[in-house]
Amino acid sequence: MQVIFDNLPTFWGGFLMTLQLTVVGGFFATVIGSIIAVFRISPVASLRGFATVYTEIVRCTPLTLVFFFCAVVLPILGVDFPYLTFAFIALSVYTSPFVAEALRSGINGVAIGQAEAARSLGLGFGQTVGLVVFPQAIRMTIPPLINVFIALTKNTSIAGAFFVPELFAAGRALVNQNGNAVIALLLGVAFFYLVITVPLGQIAAHLERKVAVTR
Amino acid sequence: MSGSAILFDAPGPKARRLSRILSVVGIVLIAAGLAWVVMTLAAPRQTSGGLELPGMFDESRWDIFAEPIVWRSIGEATVRTLQAFAFGAVGALILGVVLSILRTAANTWVRIPATVLIEFFRGMPVLLMMLFILLVFSTGALWAVVAALVVYNGTLIAEALRAGIESLPKGQREAGLSLGLTPLRTRLLIEFPQAFRQMLPIIVAQLVVLLKDSSLGYIVGYPELLRTTTNYLANFYGNRYMFSLFFVALAIYLTINLLLSWFARWLSRRTGSGSRRLGAAGPAGAGGAPLGAGEDTASAAASSNL
Repeated sequence: MQVIFDNLPTFWGGFLMTLQLTVVGGFFATVIGSIIAVFRISPVASLRGFATVYTEIVRCTPLTLVFFFCAVVLPILGVDFPYLTFAFIALSVYTSPFVAEALRSGINGVAIGQAEAARSLGLGFGQTVGLVVFPQAIRMTIPPLINVFIALTKNTSIAGAFFVPELFAAGRALVNQNGNAVIALLLGVAFFYLVITVPLGQIAAHLERKVAVTR
Repeated sequence: MSGSAILFDAPGPKARRLSRILSVVGIVLIAAGLAWVVMTLAAPRQTSGGLELPGMFDESRWDIFAEPIVWRSIGEATVRTLQAFAFGAVGALILGVVLSILRTAANTWVRIPATVLIEFFRGMPVLLMMLFILLVFSTGALWAVVAALVVYNGTLIAEALRAGIESLPKGQREAGLSLGLTPLRTRLLIEFPQAFRQMLPIIVAQLVVLLKDSSLGYIVGYPELLRTTTNYLANFYGNRYMFSLFFVALAIYLTINLLLSWFARWLSRRTGSGSRRLGAAGPAGAGGAPLGAGEDTASAAASSNL
């Protein structure tokens, strides 16, 4: 136990880095995911096809491979960024199709009569989606989206293996220095992850119940 | 996307032409982007030292694949990946079933610890678990990978099964009890088979996640596909093969995962009619047909697993 308090600054630094990875990665994943989701329901067939293929391929690629591509293969190809930027890119690209699918399943969950009503009032595609379908879909989308962000939080640990000094990497470094306190240190790392993921999960479950009642 | 047709008018001649033009423009843009990537990869490059390196599709970067021994070690690595997946999947399914039954038990002394256990393992990275098992139990890399995959995915499968049990109509349990079955037998014989069947697509999707996560073995030193190709083989034959070896590993992962996820979708379509019938009996069936009429909630949830 003492070893955790002694190394609290290291834990704290790693925790802040993990938070940063989650927030920035989540933000860009949401941006890319929203674009892909709009492509997926758009009237233009080639955009739909592109979005489908993108979703399928990225979703079936292990995150370790995405990270490996960004952190090891891209530098060989001559792209040079700091490792943190590579981690942001890998996390947001990997998470984006899951965001897109969450948004799309929310849109699919809106009753078909809503879209019919909007269309019969003479609204176009943009207005139907933007003013009628999307505001309703977003409510149903929030719980699955939070689950995506929980998974993202856990996935940031892989960045630790690719040269980003976040929580997992901090834990691993501390374990290497204090071989006699492995269990305490790793449980400490687990605690910091749970601090993020458990409250998010509670919020998601709460919202899910609320949405389920009003639907 | 049969449902999306409702979002816009059936296109007239003008709109059809516009959409066709946009489609062509889109295809051209995407093709141009892909062509640019391929050209960039294929172009020879100068290093900072003034050396000229051959492009990524140059023969000198791919010639190792003519050697059968390379393919044999890739094949063995694939087998090791699938081995971790197979052990992990079987273990996770067993653990998931057991935990879901404990989690829904009537006895508080069983239910609460199971809940805490599930919440604890669900909220923590698999990678951390692998490291923990590797260092604390010194099991060796394979069993560290397998055990972490079992615990992590087992808890997630348990949660899916619990949701399946709770979504069943109450009458199922009441009917079982009124036939004189004990509560446990009702759960095992009446509720569980239905929940399992309903949640099968989500469970298979979770197995896709398990397969993807087996690549974390790369980090804890298990010689699975990624580590074998990009580490051992690339070190042995030289770094210039890194890109081609990575490309082959990616292609193998994609093939296996796409097959598995198509299987998941096929399953969800097949079991879809059964679960919709059940859903229609409950309150969830109210509120009109969803926009994507072809897709039920189980398959939508299946596709959102990370």
